[in-house]
Amino acid sequence: MTFLSVPILTFLIFFPVVASLLILPFYRRPDSDGIVKWAALGITVIEFIVSLSLLIGHNPHLYQMQFTENHLWIPFANIHYALGIDGISLVLIVMTTLLMPMTVLTSWSGISKQVPLFMINLLILEGAMIGVFCATDFVLFYVFWEAMLIPMYLIIGVWGGPNRIYAAIKFFLYTLAGSLLLLVTIIALYFVGGHTFDITRLSGQHYGMTFQILAFLAMFAAFAVKIPMFPFHTWLPDAHVEAPTAGSVILASIMLKMGAYGFLRFSLPLFPDASHFFTPFMLTLSIIAIIWGAFMALAQEDMKKLIAYSSVSHMGVVTLGIFVFNVQGIEGALMQMLNHGITTGALFLCIGVLYDRSHSRLLSEYGGLAKQMPVYSTLLVIFALSSLALPGTNSFVGEFLVLIGSFRNHAVVSSLATTGVILSAMYLLYMLSRVVWGVYTPKSYSMPDLKPYEWGSLLPLVILVIVIGLVPNPVLSVFHQSVAHIVSQLQPSPVALLH
Amino acid sequence: MNFSPVNIMGTMPEIYLTVLGSLLLLMEPFVPKEKRSWLGYFAIASLFFAMIATIGLNGKGLPLYQGLYIIDPFSNFFKVVIYVGTIITILFSLPYLEKEDIHIGEYYGFLLFAAVGMMIMVSAGDLITLFLGIELMSLCFYVLVGLKRTIHRSVEASFKYFLLGAFAAAIFLYGISLLYGASGTETISGLSAFIQNPGALKPMVIAGMILTMVGFAFKVSAAPFHMWTPDVYEGAPTVVTGFMASVGKVAAFGVFLRVFWVAFSANKDHWTWLIITIAILSMLIGNIVALVQKNIKRMLAYSSIGHAGYAVIGLLNPSRESLFALMFYLFVYLFMTLGAFGIVLILRRKGVEGEEIQDFVGLNKKNPMAAFLMLIFMFSLAGIPPFGGFLAKFYIFMAAVHAGFTWLAVVGVLLSAVGAYYYIRVVMAMYMKDPEETVEFLPNRMEKIALFLTASMTVLMGVFPLPFVHYIETSLAILVP
Repeated sequence: MTFLSVPILTFLIFFPVVASLLILPFYRRPDSDGIVKWAALGITVIEFIVSLSLLIGHNPHLYQMQFTENHLWIPFANIHYALGIDGISLVLIVMTTLLMPMTVLTSWSGISKQVPLFMINLLILEGAMIGVFCATDFVLFYVFWEAMLIPMYLIIGVWGGPNRIYAAIKFFLYTLAGSLLLLVTIIALYFVGGHTFDITRLSGQHYGMTFQILAFLAMFAAFAVKIPMFPFHTWLPDAHVEAPTAGSVILASIMLKMGAYGFLRFSLPLFPDASHFFTPFMLTLSIIAIIWGAFMALAQEDMKKLIAYSSVSHMGVVTLGIFVFNVQGIEGALMQMLNHGITTGALFLCIGVLYDRSHSRLLSEYGGLAKQMPVYSTLLVIFALSSLALPGTNSFVGEFLVLIGSFRNHAVVSSLATTGVILSAMYLLYMLSRVVWGVYTPKSYSMPDLKPYEWGSLLPLVILVIVIGLVPNPVLSVFHQSVAHIVSQLQPSPVALLH
Repeated sequence: MNFSPVNIMGTMPEIYLTVLGSLLLLMEPFVPKEKRSWLGYFAIASLFFAMIATIGLNGKGLPLYQGLYIIDPFSNFFKVVIYVGTIITILFSLPYLEKEDIHIGEYYGFLLFAAVGMMIMVSAGDLITLFLGIELMSLCFYVLVGLKRTIHRSVEASFKYFLLGAFAAAIFLYGISLLYGASGTETISGLSAFIQNPGALKPMVIAGMILTMVGFAFKVSAAPFHMWTPDVYEGAPTVVTGFMASVGKVAAFGVFLRVFWVAFSANKDHWTWLIITIAILSMLIGNIVALVQKNIKRMLAYSSIGHAGYAVIGLLNPSRESLFALMFYLFVYLFMTLGAFGIVLILRRKGVEGEEIQDFVGLNKKNPMAAFLMLIFMFSLAGIPPFGGFLAKFYIFMAAVHAGFTWLAVVGVLLSAVGAYYYIRVVMAMYMKDPEETVEFLPNRMEKIALFLTASMTVLMGVFPLPFVHYIETSLAILVP
């Protein structure tokens, strides 16, 4: 499948990067911010529309990689420019391209200095993120994976809050340290797995148990930092609080998913025995993340921090779903990834709306917004209810599937995870009661209701929250085959059973 | 010694450069002061001329002068790298020397002679020839480092470098004499043959080997023989620092590799652990001490010590993978180091070189292009894709894993995560803080060309390295006469 005679995946990766060059002429020209914003919006919308053609062209009955491209990139050591997507990557790519116009819109008034540089960073970041989901060559994957760090580092560090430099460096070093061990694993796999970096060929083999365990742990370092799982999450609240709204949305909605994507795409198929071996460990960490993240969220005064910790909690549900190794669990995890992307992204956008008006994110600063901003309050309530997995909203589907999947194998774990659902209702309703309801205290600044560009960023997400909540089947069917294939690969090998 | 036409033809590039360099010195008094840059153009033309001669010899593996001198794809690769590096250095020098008021014609002569010295080093088939090359290069460096005669720091650096360099040369020479005493030969191939027979591993050979290793480690500024590096790099005129840190190191690595892989390949067990120690110490000291530097030249000096540590890993195991890794690494390293020093030497605060990291604060607001180029070099040095530095490190770690030292690769990646901090600190200063100082960045045309060359190579080596990989693959042959 091609677009403008460029293979579609290549187009999706490089279109934003190349198109960002259009912004360069406006770099130092004053009063050009408007043009730059419209250009960035146009580019991201085009990207989204083109990415929809993937949905049409994708055959959901196949688990294999589709839209594949393969060219020799670096002849020494056989590194290929190999792209391809299955149902899992497809959903995440479309989610990415959907959220990017929202991040441009939320920066409409949120970003006031160095707008061209910001938009260039955003577009390059979009290309790299799509590259991560498309790459089927391990080195290429790693290149995109690391290349994302540079624009994100700049986005947090240049346009962030008062403590932005600390947060940016912490984010950068944490993720880099985790990823570098992944690099060693990739190299080791090359020599153990028959001199190739092709992910499909590497995952069709069986590796020795010691190697599997070591390699799993090294990969775990990379992905657990990104998700972030319980002991490795400390960079997240800092990065979220300091990042501009667009940065928070990208971090929460897309980048966190990459860790879970890494587990699904690499750790499970490559090292099935080690995955089984570490299941108790992973489940324990997931449960700790669910409960601990929720309690931390309860204690926050800063709304961004609250949502950041709720992300830790919700991502715990995702890892829980992945490591129960059945179709319901993994499908639920994927649904949860998608829904967390939509809902949490929307919540960050909502906080951005408030922050643009009052420059505060503290719960104590607000109250009685329902009177002042009725439409905004309605949307905020919908997103918060979705985040606490109210039946009928999107998140319910994912969490429910994960709980069913985990109940089959680990009833205790499942019931512990259920407390997370209750706790999330507590902190989200608490937030709503302080912000939306309560007594309105007059402020020196005005709090007008949603502006057109804010409508543009929130409305599509509201629609998705409800539509996916009511009819989740079309989404589930996209990745059903891919998930079934991963689960079939996970059957314990005869060798492992002997132990 | 036989001066047959074949021998003369094979050493033509060196002869050209020596003759043209001498000619340059002769021309110098006749060139008026304001036309000095013509000497620079003449030097560039000479280098191009020699490069064509070298490329003409490519693909031929020839032992010349009874094996004293070797022309093989390996040495030709290094020579081409030396030419390119010297040309870029001259491009940076032209305006720099004017601004610093040290524009003397001899500068270009010394640069060319240093290049000849390096070419002799990488082609040497004999330890005495090798020593001549090293000394020719080092003597030119001593002079170039002290070029700012009136500046205290520069003279001090030159003197320090001279004393320590002389010391290292003496140790190296002592090593050669021990080897000669044990084996009765000082050709690399002769040594190799001698060491291969089982009874040959006398303490004398091992002592000689260790002493030569000290000499090489000094030249590539690997720990624990790195002490001179920060002071000399800081004191020398920045353009000379860039030249020493990039081209000088590349040549030293070339000869390090040839001697250890060819002459000492039979007693590999004896030096593997020495190399590993040097690698770990260099990565450790380089990356950790660089964290606390305030002067960017000192920081880059420590970074170059760290990079020497990574490159040394490529020496561990004589194999195609390691050879490729080391050559690729040095190739990328040349461009990113030259580029980084190039930015430092163009940046000026109140007419003085901006050498403090503080001077980079807010550069993005003043000159986005300069900040962006520095960002490329910094991230590339840190080994972050999609820049060349990433692939270079990737291949080095791959060579380490291939040689069976996976743990060494793990140590290397962890230390490079530590090292990333001081590189991104520069990026942080440029992008995330508001400008305070009156810093200006006004490159002229030559400097723009040089910056464009180094930056585009740094990016290309990471994004589309295909042609360069092909070129390096054709050079993966060391002739053993």
